[in-house]
Amino acid sequence: MHISQSWIDIAYLIAASLFVLGIKGLTKPKTAVRGNQLSALGMLIACVVTLLDKDVIQYEVIIAGLLVGGTVGAVLAARVQMTSMPQMIALLNGFGGGASFAVASAAYFGGVSGPVEVISTGAAILIGAVTLTGSLVAFAKLQELIGGGSIGFPGMKIVNALLLLGSLTAIGFMLVDPSNSQLYWGIAVASCVLGLLLVLPIGGADMPVVIALLNSYSGIAAAAAGFVMGNSALIITGSLVGASGLILTQIMCKAMNRSLTNVLFGVMGEVGETIDADEVYQGKVKSSSADEIAMILETAQRVVIVPGFGMAMAQAQHAVRDMAEAMEARGIEVEYAIHPVAGRMPGHMNVLLAEAEVEYDKMRDMDSINPTFEQTDVAIVIGANDVTNPMAREDKGSPIYGMPILNVDKAKTVVVIKRSLSPGFAGLPNPLFAKDNTLMLFGDGKKAILDLTQAIKEG
Amino acid sequence: MDFIAMLALFVLAIFLGVELITKVPPTLHTPLMSGSNAISGITLVGAIVAAGNENVVIIQVFGFIAVVLATINVIGGFMVTNRMLAMFKRK
Repeated sequence: MHISQSWIDIAYLIAASLFVLGIKGLTKPKTAVRGNQLSALGMLIACVVTLLDKDVIQYEVIIAGLLVGGTVGAVLAARVQMTSMPQMIALLNGFGGGASFAVASAAYFGGVSGPVEVISTGAAILIGAVTLTGSLVAFAKLQELIGGGSIGFPGMKIVNALLLLGSLTAIGFMLVDPSNSQLYWGIAVASCVLGLLLVLPIGGADMPVVIALLNSYSGIAAAAAGFVMGNSALIITGSLVGASGLILTQIMCKAMNRSLTNVLFGVMGEVGETIDADEVYQGKVKSSSADEIAMILETAQRVVIVPGFGMAMAQAQHAVRDMAEAMEARGIEVEYAIHPVAGRMPGHMNVLLAEAEVEYDKMRDMDSINPTFEQTDVAIVIGANDVTNPMAREDKGSPIYGMPILNVDKAKTVVVIKRSLSPGFAGLPNPLFAKDNTLMLFGDGKKAILDLTQAIKEG
Repeated sequence: MDFIAMLALFVLAIFLGVELITKVPPTLHTPLMSGSNAISGITLVGAIVAAGNENVVIIQVFGFIAVVLATINVIGGFMVTNRMLAMFKRK
């Protein structure tokens, strides 16, 4: 059975509307599940009517692809741990880019003509391939299959510029001779290499920006594929996703006080004189014990917990929730302060805390919690470092100067749970650790929290 | 569809996207990313047309790859988003 193009287009419009309503649902935690279901319904409608398209004349390949993809997707989604969500998103970004790349490739070999088709095919191949290989590198870094630091070689930027210019030139030549498949392969290979080289030099701290940006690329690639096929559903959806990724990228850059160009080209802030860690810490760091901290907490009325990537590494989110409950049982008000770039992707800490059944209205963002630190008795920092570094506020010569931070040092007492005094991603010592009102609780994050919970309950 | 109509859709959808997404709270930024991954799997409709159309080997190979990758995005994306959002809803 086949249906006419008008019905298909109307169905696509319904699907696109459901996606918009779906994203609208995501503006509130209460309506979010329903929103996601609306989006899924939209997708189902779009796929079913496409199967009835008159251009679809055989189903073997489609069914095989749906079975393979569906199985892989379901297994990935069911098995992935919440701590590994950044890797999962990186992988999905890559697959999205790869799918647009493959659709554009199929369209190319089916024959393209006219400037709009040729240019959008070229763009979909270029952006799709960059998204695919770039995301695979981001995945490998997050999964620690390769080193998380900056990997590069001299002249890398020139090579990147040549690859991009080469691809664009090849798209130009394709306008003249669309049937020359050497041009296609040239664009495809150059773009794949470009994706690798663009992400390799980007270090661990910048991962939230890269994931958000690749998310945006995967949307733009889908929109470009939509131009190739003249498909309204793809264009609308692709631009929505592209805009989403771009906004998240902006938020992440702002939260690190870095420009997008600086992140993309792996430039850290200007390093003035190197700061000697020993000088900052010498004789000023106070190591404490779980019992001592529990005693301080006995008189506390308000506690703010500041989670960072260390909490995810130690899988300590459930232990943290238990500790908060032990404090709440003693009448202490507990809230969580979440910096926009805490963890490895936007919202990473919130998902981990939600997994541990922390209520979402206790998770406060930076702007709303910062004014409350002065009325806070104890701030407990778990595995966060750079986002609490007061040098960002006070030291004009510091590479992180100007980055918005959580003002934990304004609390009456600051407890920092950390393995050692080793620096964070920025490679800087943190004067917070040496402040008069700071106590260090050295040790494995999870064990330290369990000890502390025990001490609070006994106290 | 003619080029100007497509361009109009593209531009208007970007404005709509910006308006919508700035209203998503930071708490839900991770589910927003996985959810937008899932809907960018709409490439699947293009993939279905490519894979079900002509009997040319190279087109079918690319069509198959596209269907597999887009389906992973759709199924994996919606399922994992649902898993995360259910956790936020619990209390």
